[in-house]
Parts: sequence; structure tokens; C-alpha cells
Amino acid sequence: MYEGVSFVPLTWTDMLYLAPELALAAVFLIAVILDLLLPKAVNRQVIGWLSLAGILASLALVVIRMIDMNQGGVSAEAISLLANSYRIDDFSSLLKIVFLTGTALIVLLAIGSERDEGGIADKAEYFYLLLPALMGAMMMASSGNLVSLYIGLELLSLTSYVLVGLKRKSVLSAEAAFKYVVTGGISSAMVLFGMSYIYGITGSVDLGLISEALPQAMIDFKALAYVGFFFMLAGFGIKIAAAPFHAWAPDVYQGAPTPISAFLAVIAKGAALAAIFRMLYSIKLFNASGDPYMAKDIYFILLVLAASAMLIGTMTALGQKNAKRLLALSGVANAGYLLVPIGISITIVHSSNFSEFVFYLVAYLLMTIGAFAVVTVVSRAVGHEELKGFAGMYYRAPWTAAAMVIFILSLAGLPVSGGFFGKLFILLGAANAKAYWLVAIIVVSSVISYYFYFGLVRQMFMRSGNDDSEIRLSAATGIVIWVCAAGTLGLGLFPGPLMTWIDAVFSITGDLIMGR
Amino acid sequence: MSILSDIPILSFILLSPLLGLLVILLLPKQRSGWMKTAAVITTLVPLILSLWLYTDFDKQQGGASFEEQHTWVEVPLNKESQNGVSEFLFQFQYELGVDGLSLPLLLLTALVSAMAALAAVHVKKRWKAFFSWFLLLETGMLGVFLARDLFLFFIFFEITLIAMYFLIGIWGYFKRERAANQFLIYNGIGSAIMLIAFVILVNTAGFRIDQVGEQVNFIYSGSYTDIFRNMADPTAWVNMSPEQLGSINPFLMTDAMQRALFIMLLVAFGIKLPIFPFHTWMLKVHTEATPSIVMIHSGILLKMGAYGLLRFGFLLFPGQARSFASLLAVLGLVNLLYGAILAFRQREFKLVLAYSSISHMGIVLLGFAAFNEIGMQGAVFQLISHGLISALLFLIVGSIYERTGTTELNELGGLARSMPFLSGVLLAAGLASLGLPGLSGFVGEFLSLLGLFESMRWLVAAAALGIVLTAVYVLRAVLKITYGPLPERFGALRDARLVEAVPMIVLLAFILLLGCYPSILTDTVQLSVEGLLKPIFATRAGG
Repeated sequence: MYEGVSFVPLTWTDMLYLAPELALAAVFLIAVILDLLLPKAVNRQVIGWLSLAGILASLALVVIRMIDMNQGGVSAEAISLLANSYRIDDFSSLLKIVFLTGTALIVLLAIGSERDEGGIADKAEYFYLLLPALMGAMMMASSGNLVSLYIGLELLSLTSYVLVGLKRKSVLSAEAAFKYVVTGGISSAMVLFGMSYIYGITGSVDLGLISEALPQAMIDFKALAYVGFFFMLAGFGIKIAAAPFHAWAPDVYQGAPTPISAFLAVIAKGAALAAIFRMLYSIKLFNASGDPYMAKDIYFILLVLAASAMLIGTMTALGQKNAKRLLALSGVANAGYLLVPIGISITIVHSSNFSEFVFYLVAYLLMTIGAFAVVTVVSRAVGHEELKGFAGMYYRAPWTAAAMVIFILSLAGLPVSGGFFGKLFILLGAANAKAYWLVAIIVVSSVISYYFYFGLVRQMFMRSGNDDSEIRLSAATGIVIWVCAAGTLGLGLFPGPLMTWIDAVFSITGDLIMGR
Repeated sequence: MSILSDIPILSFILLSPLLGLLVILLLPKQRSGWMKTAAVITTLVPLILSLWLYTDFDKQQGGASFEEQHTWVEVPLNKESQNGVSEFLFQFQYELGVDGLSLPLLLLTALVSAMAALAAVHVKKRWKAFFSWFLLLETGMLGVFLARDLFLFFIFFEITLIAMYFLIGIWGYFKRERAANQFLIYNGIGSAIMLIAFVILVNTAGFRIDQVGEQVNFIYSGSYTDIFRNMADPTAWVNMSPEQLGSINPFLMTDAMQRALFIMLLVAFGIKLPIFPFHTWMLKVHTEATPSIVMIHSGILLKMGAYGLLRFGFLLFPGQARSFASLLAVLGLVNLLYGAILAFRQREFKLVLAYSSISHMGIVLLGFAAFNEIGMQGAVFQLISHGLISALLFLIVGSIYERTGTTELNELGGLARSMPFLSGVLLAAGLASLGLPGLSGFVGEFLSLLGLFESMRWLVAAAALGIVLTAVYVLRAVLKITYGPLPERFGALRDARLVEAVPMIVLLAFILLLGCYPSILTDTVQLSVEGLLKPIFATRAGG
């Protein structure tokens, strides 16, 4: 089987397809060099704006490519580069749009809150290190084989370890970085270990070839296949912070600079979920002819993981006193909701799992980044991130408090908000697949979550703080908060267009299951 | 044809409070007077429109001409049409409608909201936020009674939950936060159970087939009409099938599942109603929320529970409801007696009224359990009548508390001397509550028990005992407040102001009107009872 290493040359056309990623890389290099050359007196926010410009340019390139691809037919043929190790298809393009938009908002948030993160010595890194992390996330969404998937994962992980520890003078930040390095390392090791088994039994790292070889491999090495898949799932489980693999999340989110917490909560989580989605559906597990039980087992385990993430996430959040830890645990529960569309089976009647997944990811992105933005505002005004700091927000910043109510309603899954419809679509999908136990758990965990989400509302509207002075927020932060609030409300009032659009461009057979 | 059916009158009713909300948001923060006026005027709009609708109603064919329907959300389920099966969709509608069941409740909502807006003169802080949430709450309540789509109903139901949470938690009395929290969690659980039931219903009974030219769409619809049709006739969808469906049976609902769904709906709406073991949250709300909010809570929100139980529990699952009739009757009796006995033991007037609400809701359950036309009519009548009476009583409580600073029965007394008008209205409301003939309370109780007498005589005997108890506790409380020695510190109290007197007179007028001329309501309810409740009565023939 082993025939020596052969390199596939990268042609100019390939480079064109890779333009979004290359744009990010170029801007990253320019930012690094600029940071070295610019005199100390120059405010490093310049690099923040440069990074933002790079991200927006990359976003434009993705959108242009996507429009170009979807011009011809209903759903375009996927483009595979470098011997199918990198795929440009609607799956990856949609997720890249989500990641790029999210990171753009986060960079804007970082620019807005940069002044008060006094502990951060290397201000330029704060911005430009987000670019390779984002590139890693995009690679994970695009990867067509296990190796490029792993490279993307490592690129994302290694840069985020640094980002978490950026507040050098803060003990919490150092602790967070250390914890993240250790658990992240374990996660990568588990993913890699699982991948090696899959490679061992199928003889390939290419998802399409694995798919072909799997039925025979299942007959020969059933136990090894289980080990391979379950180790990979556990490794990704740590990355998406789904219970019981979530213990690191509260500490890391608390210690990291707030925009970085938002990045971990949204982009890192979304990328790992995308990787699971891509891997499981490309390998055609759901009709792996060799052994139907394994597919059932894997999907069932995903649903169990989802259920435990929802329940444990909401239960442990009940006792939290710190806003960022609270949001971390709410992120655990949300990882559970996002796992549901991946885990429920595709039937003749129901195969819109991906649109449910992306819709909720978008809603989750808006409400989580918005909530973290409000946390930056509050923590700057009161000097800490405890829930008590939200007291009297109604008097100090009524409009920000109103926006926070929108985010909280969305997080709690109450109408009229994007979170409500996101959860409803997931719920309907689960009910359509007759997974009624999961329906019950989704709904029950949402109700438990009312308790702590509305604890925040209580602080903001029903208590008064010691300080009544008005809170002023920077323009950049204000933009982030209101873009997120408007998006959340918009998705709550008109959820149809986004769902229809996703459905119009995406097709499971065309974009995910690799025809060979 | 009337002018009403040419315009989207239901949408006007539903959205008019939101327009007022926008106006109030634009008003300057300190102008509390302007905001109060704006809020009162805003609440008058749906009141006038629904009154107009009500008078115009029985000339129409059961209100069908008012219906509005627009597709709101359409989610494709399987784009990869495998095996030649056509497209499956989820569809939620913006669908509004009225019938004889919802129209009286709609009118009640508009009326009590307007009166509560007048009663909000006692609100002393953060007027802008108060009236914003208040008008949002009104939209939610109107929407609950207007919605003809399961998810639209759910959304409005949740809007009332959120708005009430803020209204209780910010403007309530001392333990307001606990009351708000308990309200949120209890009702959250109720809504959650309801949502599970709705999701399952849409995924089974919501099935419909749409054929547009060549394209055949299989739709899981949230529309009440579709679900009602499928539940009434489980084979209805087969007739629409263009023989393409093959072996898929999209609508399979076993008896066990139907029973489970009915129990879920019973619990979900039972929490709201509230049925006996689920009532603790509403006691807290009654004592801790500000009076104008309690008027709405006791006058309308409790009725949403009964309405939901009737519309989704009874009308969709007549067979199951039938088999639970004795349980419902017993639950109703427990509510009636438990509420009455505990109301007798209370030292705090608001708690007397809270337990009295539990007791009166028991009569509604008894009317439902009767399973005949008279019983149903009685139950609906009792809903409206109790809505008016309890709103009036809490309006008076608000005015008394404003003057005396207490609602403890031991500290009050002799108010008839200093406040003759207020005491007179209180006595009248009390008499209506205990079921004096000529006032609305009597008709509701009488019809409910008359209906029940047909099927369960022994229960009616026990229920009559509860009604006697009602007289005891109401008179005890009312007499304690109005007669006896007048504490010195209350000597200089002034009687009700005009702004307080107007809503009292209006509510009392409606109570009198319904008591003397009940057919103004029963005729409208009749329209629906005949058509909508047919499946319920049909089950009696079968078993």
C-alpha cells in the first residue's frame, strides 16, 4: 500500500480557488512585519483595522466564489484540489461565511475593548493571531482528507493557545492558557490516534476512499473501526466543549481576554462541529453497507453526547456567579443543541439537517458574540465580570440592557429571536426522526436555563448597583452589539429566507457525499 | 357583507397595541401623564374594534370571513428528492381567526386591558418601561386568542410569559422577584410540555398534501385547521394522496400516543389554569404583583389556560377527553372545595381572592367535564364572568391599598363610612362572585352545574357545598372590610377618584348586563358549541 511520498503540485488555478485563505495569510504576514517595523508610538489598533480589512476581503472572495459556483445549476459540482485533500463546495463556503463574519465581529469587538484590556502587552498579536486561527477553522471546513483536517485543527488550536494567554500580567489568563494547552493537546492526540486507526484499517486518509474501503474494513476489523471513530469523536468533543468533555471551558473562557472567549465559543466550536459533520457524512456512515449497527451506534453516541451536554451544561450553569463562566457553560449546552442535527438520522422525509445546523450556528454566533460584547462593556465599567456587576444596568445603559435582553431571550430559546427558531427547527427535525426522548431533553434543558439567564435580567432590571453613572461604550463595541441584536431579532421575525437560501445552495449529495 | 370582512380587522386588533408601544417609546421619559394617556387610548382601540367585531359576528358564518392566512415560514425538509418522492415541507402560518369560543375571550381581553391601563394610575416608577411591557403583554394575550397556528399560539403565549415576568418583577411588592421567578419557572415548564406536544402534533397530525400543477408538496403544517381535520378523521389525508406516497405513512398516531399527548396538554394548561397541585405560583403572583397587573393575570391569563385546554385538549382529542371526564370532574371539585376552604382561612384579602380564583376555576373544569352543550356554555360563561369579577375585585383592592397601605383583613374595617362608593362596589363585586342571581357569576355556575347534573349527580351535590362556602368566605371578607369599627387612622380617607370609578362602573355594568341578559353571550358561544364541539358530543354516542 505504501508507495512513497508523492507531492501534488499546486497550480495557479488552485491558487485562485484558495484565494480567501491566501488573502488571510498575506494580511497576516504584512501585519507581523508591520508590527516589527512600526515605531512604538503608533497605536497598534491600526493592525486591528488591517486585520478587519483582510477578513472582509477574504469574505468577499468566498462570496464571489460561491456566486460563481452556483451560477450554473441548482447546486454546483464541488471543486476538489490537491488530490481531493481540499474541497471548495457549498458546505465549506457557507461555513466559511459564518466563520469570517463571526471573526470580523470579534475583531471589531477587540478593537472596541482594546483600551481597557490593560494586561495585554502585545497588542498587535491580539489582532493578527486571529487570522491564522481563522484560517485553521476554514481549512477544517474545507478538508477532504484526514491530514488536512488535522493540520487545520492544529493551526486553529496552536494560535488560540497563545491568544488565551495574552494577558500576561493576569494569573487567571496564564492558568487558562496552561489548561487549554493541556486539554487541547489531549484532544489533538485523541483525534490523531483515532485517525491513525481509520487509516490503518482502510489504507487511506481520503474521506472518499475511506468510505469505499470501510464496508470491507468493518468485516475485518470491527473493533478497530469503533476505536478509531470514538477516539476522534472524543477528541472533537473536547474541542466543542460538549459534556463530559467540557471541564476546561469555564476556566479558559474566564481567563482569556473576552473577545478571545467569544472566538473560542463560536469559531473554534463551529469548526470542530463542521469537521464532525463533514467526516461522518462523507464517509457515508448512514448507509455503510458492511455493518448497519456501527452507524447507528455512532449516531446514537452523538445524540447521547448532545443530551449530556445540554443537561450538564445547564445544570452546572445554575450555580455560576461569573458572567464569562456562565456563557462558557451556556456554550456547552449550545454545543449539545448543535450536535442534534448531526446525530439525527437522514430519512426520505427529512434531510435538512445541515440547514438546521447552520441556522442555529448563525443564531448562536449572533447571540453569543453579542452577549460577550455586553460583558466587555460591563466589566470595563465595574472592573470585574461577576454577575453582580450587571446590577442597575437599566439605569446606567438602558439601550445596552435592552440589547442584552434580546440576547438572553435568544439564548433561552424564547420568541421572538433567532435562538427560538433555531431550536424549533432542530426540535422539529428530532421529532420528525421520532427521537422524542431528545425532544424532551432539548425542551427541559431550555427551561432549566431560564433560571440563570433570567438571573442576569434580574440583576440588570430589578436591582440597583452602587454606581449610577452612565456607561459609555466605544463606537466599535456599539456596532457589534447592535449588529448582533438586529440579526437576532431579524432571524426571529423572518427565519424563512435564510433557511430557504441554505437549502437552495446546499445539497448533501453534491456537496458532502463525495461521488467517486 | 360588512365592511369588517374587507379589511384585516384581526391584524388591526392584534397590532394596535404595538403601535401605541412605539408612540410611548418616543415620548420623553419623565412625562408620565402623557404615557398613561397614550396607553389608555391605545388600549381603547382593540376594545372598540373587538366590540364592533362582536356585534357584527353572529350575522357571519361563524366568523369564517374574518380569517387571515399568510404563509410565514416554509422550511424544505428533503431537497434531495430520493425515490421520486416529492418535496416535504414544514409550514407555519400567520393565521388568525375567531369563533364563538375565542371572540368573547378576545373582547374580555380588550376590556380588562383597557380597565387595567386606567388602573395603572397607581404605578409610581419607570412608566415608559411599564407601559411598553403592558402593551406588549396585551398583544400577546390578544394573539393567544386569535392565533390559528400552533406555533403562532406558542409564540404569543411565551410573549405573555416574558412580559409578565418583567411586570411582576419590577413593579410588584416586597417579594416581587421571588414571585416573578416562580411564575417564570412554573409557566416555563408548562410551556415546555406544551411545546413538546405541539411539535409531535405537527409532525403527525399536521400532515397535508398540496398539489400545485405537477408539483406535489407534502406539508407538515402548524395550522390548527389541518390538525383539527386530521384528528377528527385520521384517514382524511389519504383522500388527497395522488398515490405517490408508497409505503410511507406520515400520520400514525396510536391510542397510547394520543393519551400521552392529551395528558401533556392537560398538565401544560393545568399549570396555567391552575389545577390544584400546580397552583402555588399563582398565589405569589396575586399577592406580590401590582394591582393592575393582577387584574390582567387573574382576569385573562388564567383564562388562557382554560381556553388552551378546550381548544387543543378537548377539541383535538375528544375521545381522550371523554375518557378523562371523571378525573376532570374530580379535579374540578377539588379545586372548588380546596379553594373555598382555604379562602375562608386567609387573613389577607388578596389571598382570599387568589384562593377564590382557584375555586372558581374549579367550576370551569366541572363545566368542561359535563361533556354537553350546557356544561360547555356554562364553563365559557364562567370564564368571562370570573374574568370581569376578579378584575373588578383587584381593581378595588388596588384602590384600598393605595389609601390604607394594607390588605390585611384584621387591620381593615368600617370603610363604608369613609368610602361609601368603593365599599358599595366591593359589596356588589362580592355578591357577583358568590353567585347572586341577576349578576354574571350566577349564570356561569348554574349552567356548569346544570350540565354536570346530567352525567354526575353526586358530584353536583358536593359542588353545591362549595358554592355555599363561597358565600361564607366572600361575605366574611367583604363585611370585615366595609363594616365594623373604622380605625381612626382611616377616618380621613377619600373615596374613589373619577379615574378609578370609571373602570369600576364599566366592569360592574358588564357584570350586570351578563347577569340580566345572558343570551348576549350564550348566543355567540352557541354558534361554536354546535359546530366545534360536535366531535366531543359524538363520542357520547360511541361510548
